[in-house]
Amino acid sequence: MSTIRLSAAEIAEKLAAGEVSSAEVTQDHLDRIAAVDGDVNAFLALDGEGALETARDVDARRAAGETLHPLAGVPIAVKDVVATEGIVTTAGSRILEGWVPPYDAFLTRRLRAAGLPILGKTNMDEFAMGSSTEHSAYGPTHNPWDLDRIPGGSGGGSAAAVGAYEAPLAIGTDTGGSIRQPAAVTGTVGVKPTYGGVSRYGLIALASSLDQAGPVTRSVLDAALLHELIGGHDPLDSTSIDAPVPPVVEAARRADVSGLRIGIVRELGGEGYQAGVRARFDEAVTLLTKAGAEIVEVSCPSFEYALSTYYLILPAEASSNLAKFDAMRYGLRVGPHGVADPSAEQVMAATREAGFGDEVKRRIIIGTYALSSGYYDAYYGSAQKVRTLIAQDFARAFEQVDVLISPTSPTTAFRLGSKLDDPMSMYLQDVATIPANLAGIPGLSLPVGVAEEDGLPVGLQVLAPAMADDRLYNVGAALERLLLEQWGAPLLSKAPELATKEATK
Amino acid sequence: MTATRTELVPFDAALETYDPAMGLEVHVELNTASKMFCGCSTVFGAEPNTQVCPTCLGLPGALPVVNGKAVESAIRIGLALNCSIAPWSRFARKNYFYPDMPKNFQTSQYDEPIAYDGWTEVTVETDEGPRVFRIDIERAHMEEDTGKSLHVGGSTGRIHGADHSLVDYNRAGIPLIEVVTKPILGAGKYAPLVARAYVASLRELVKALDVSDARMEQGSMRCDVNLSLAPSGSDVLGTRSETKNVNSLRSVERAVRYEVERHAGILDAGQKVVQETRHWHEDTGVTTSGREKSDAEDYRYFPEPDLVPVAPSDAWVEELRATLPEPPAERRARLQAEWGYSDLEMRDVVGAGAIDLIEATISAGATPTAARKWWLGDLARRANDTATPIDELGVTPTQVAEVQALVDAKRINDKLARQVFDGLVAGEGTPEEIVAARGLEVVSDDGALAAAVDRAIEANPDVADKIRDGKVAAAGALIGAVMKDMRGQADAGRVRELIIEKLS
Repeated sequence: MSTIRLSAAEIAEKLAAGEVSSAEVTQDHLDRIAAVDGDVNAFLALDGEGALETARDVDARRAAGETLHPLAGVPIAVKDVVATEGIVTTAGSRILEGWVPPYDAFLTRRLRAAGLPILGKTNMDEFAMGSSTEHSAYGPTHNPWDLDRIPGGSGGGSAAAVGAYEAPLAIGTDTGGSIRQPAAVTGTVGVKPTYGGVSRYGLIALASSLDQAGPVTRSVLDAALLHELIGGHDPLDSTSIDAPVPPVVEAARRADVSGLRIGIVRELGGEGYQAGVRARFDEAVTLLTKAGAEIVEVSCPSFEYALSTYYLILPAEASSNLAKFDAMRYGLRVGPHGVADPSAEQVMAATREAGFGDEVKRRIIIGTYALSSGYYDAYYGSAQKVRTLIAQDFARAFEQVDVLISPTSPTTAFRLGSKLDDPMSMYLQDVATIPANLAGIPGLSLPVGVAEEDGLPVGLQVLAPAMADDRLYNVGAALERLLLEQWGAPLLSKAPELATKEATK
Repeated sequence: MTATRTELVPFDAALETYDPAMGLEVHVELNTASKMFCGCSTVFGAEPNTQVCPTCLGLPGALPVVNGKAVESAIRIGLALNCSIAPWSRFARKNYFYPDMPKNFQTSQYDEPIAYDGWTEVTVETDEGPRVFRIDIERAHMEEDTGKSLHVGGSTGRIHGADHSLVDYNRAGIPLIEVVTKPILGAGKYAPLVARAYVASLRELVKALDVSDARMEQGSMRCDVNLSLAPSGSDVLGTRSETKNVNSLRSVERAVRYEVERHAGILDAGQKVVQETRHWHEDTGVTTSGREKSDAEDYRYFPEPDLVPVAPSDAWVEELRATLPEPPAERRARLQAEWGYSDLEMRDVVGAGAIDLIEATISAGATPTAARKWWLGDLARRANDTATPIDELGVTPTQVAEVQALVDAKRINDKLARQVFDGLVAGEGTPEEIVAARGLEVVSDDGALAAAVDRAIEANPDVADKIRDGKVAAAGALIGAVMKDMRGQADAGRVRELIIEKLS
């Protein structure tokens, strides 16, 4: 029997008990990828051989009686924004087509050291700019629930891979919701840890002060196990927090909300949120109340400005971070058309013209403008002030409550192509997730059912104070258990079966 | 738009009409073992692109980490320049595209430098004797160096006309401290000398702090000269030019002088000075127009989000203050008194960069007079003739003291000592070994000397007669003959004694 529908924790148990080998589990997932990824397009690059090699090595070490990491042998998919030595890393961009990093990101090193076979690299919006994965230079990923719909973004590939049982675990990155929103619209679990909780070393930067890597899984416990593995201090990232990883696994196992005070953010809900999304959210609130949580409504008035703030800070930092893509040392190089003896500047310009997509160019232009002399104070400077106000709103809220909750995304998965010509409407997808990035606090999204009107998954977001990531897992796991009791089976089991092609072995 | 070419106005004439204002920006490359933001080596002269890593190559995903030793050096430079040290300062990104800049932004400090508001003093020889000029320091901040572009195929080595370019990133990320003065006003005709003295004193200071090699010829210390003229007595500054990479003390002086003459020419012709960057030409002694700065380049500075602020504790700053060496001016005064040198002698010693060498030679046992005699005589000449820094001749202070000890013991004379130095430079061993190997020891065997004296008397009967007649001064000719006979290896004093003995 294939192992693809097992959770990572279950696979880990079976591996430890010797019921299956990592090589078998890894092969099962590679077969699944071969069978469905032609339709889903969750992967940009596969490393089947490398994954099997790791798997066999783990099996041999286990047979030799070595003490292994609990997740050793459990395969994983990694978002293409993470540097993986020897495996092509493009960040979804044409400008990095074929680039093989000569080094591993911090978290890649952690995965390798723990013996997790890396199946491949997942699709994403170019340089993580987008909420639908349609801005990938290599074609969109399709939502396993409905192949005509978006899987969210920027980490649509990771969420779809996990949702389509192509991988039990995946790594995502979240700058404004790129882990949580895809999790919400694909019925999976995604966590953005506290800023500084997971090293950014080796993540191709979008916005340095907002980027954070985290787990994408099908259960809250699996997310905690992966979070624990990739978290912790890294001296190579100056912004990495020098403190132990919060007790996330213990919290996921505790799963008890009795006596907890849970805040509902007035500004994150109501108008602009799809009816089915609101209905599922309200039901979840009822469940939490029944389980003994005290529900409090809180107000965060500055959240109104979160989106505008974000769309100044992000493009400003991105415009500078993306300057390194200049055709001089790596990646694409394009000569300007019809110029016999081009200068370095002309080659840079032609390469950036050909190598960057429209959304990337749009944000580089916005960011360049926002940082320009004469505009800096009005744009970037003001945005930083509002950012402080948003952090203060959170601080006040967390004086009253232990965690905050909201719908993760205002809508369920929309149709591919439907928002491509309307960037503002696309940006609004992240209206509920962005405040956490601006304040550096952690957030988790878990599935809370499907919307009646379209039968598509709805996500609920839990937010906690910085370095209190364990609270996310406690509340998330408690709600997950309450819902599972109600449903009798995980939400993903309600997703339609994907057509499979015979694996070509 | 470059102004129409105008005549230079002779320096002295220019100073009759205008007051110069200068601003000096000096980049000092620190001598830390690793780069500013990564662990790569900083050793000069390695094979191109061998001292690089994901961070200093600007590979996607790589991140910087601040070099604590560089921060320490920055604070010590700041303290030595009487600056305030910021309890909290940040790095900023200076954004511009250039092939030798790996990230296309330079990680620097902008409005929050680590050291600010300092001062230093320099002494310049004026018509009325030595005069002290105070130089106010605006700031000293940390930043990283860029890579180095090599333009191949053109005749000038500049990018214009080159056929292709190569980039060496070994230098990318080397820590730099940029020290910026406030406008230096009121130096008048001494402006070129003040500029030179300031750069010289800064060089001396960073060497004394042991934070930089400060080799201008290798580019580990580089100076940009900002200069403007205003009508005499005006308190409004004129439009400035910024002359880049003026890389020797002499050039600093010449560049200031040239720019004064050029600006005066433009102003006298009723034209406007263009605010621009200019290139200094060492060979011809002129500056030429570089980039125009009139539409003020926009570097889009913003705080570096990949780094946390630098926040040195008061205790650390005080600890570093305690490690500061004696200020160079005080040290010079103390040593001059100890050694009994005249002002002129001391100035020559400082000018030759020999102060440390002489100090070490004296502590190795030589007298101040002997130490100065060798370092400013034979050794300075060798340095000059071979264009080698005097501390790189291959002769150590201890060896100089040893050579002098041999002279004092009358085992060699000054002339033979020069041959010992030849041997030292050629790496032939210790002074003792060289004396033995080259057979330089003076002949103290009176028998051999007496025989040589006899031969000389016999060969020069006329001279001998004169001496017999009491004209002792004529002995010189005979001494010369004996020394020649002995191939210089005789103690001239003893030879003289023997001659007088024999002829009296």
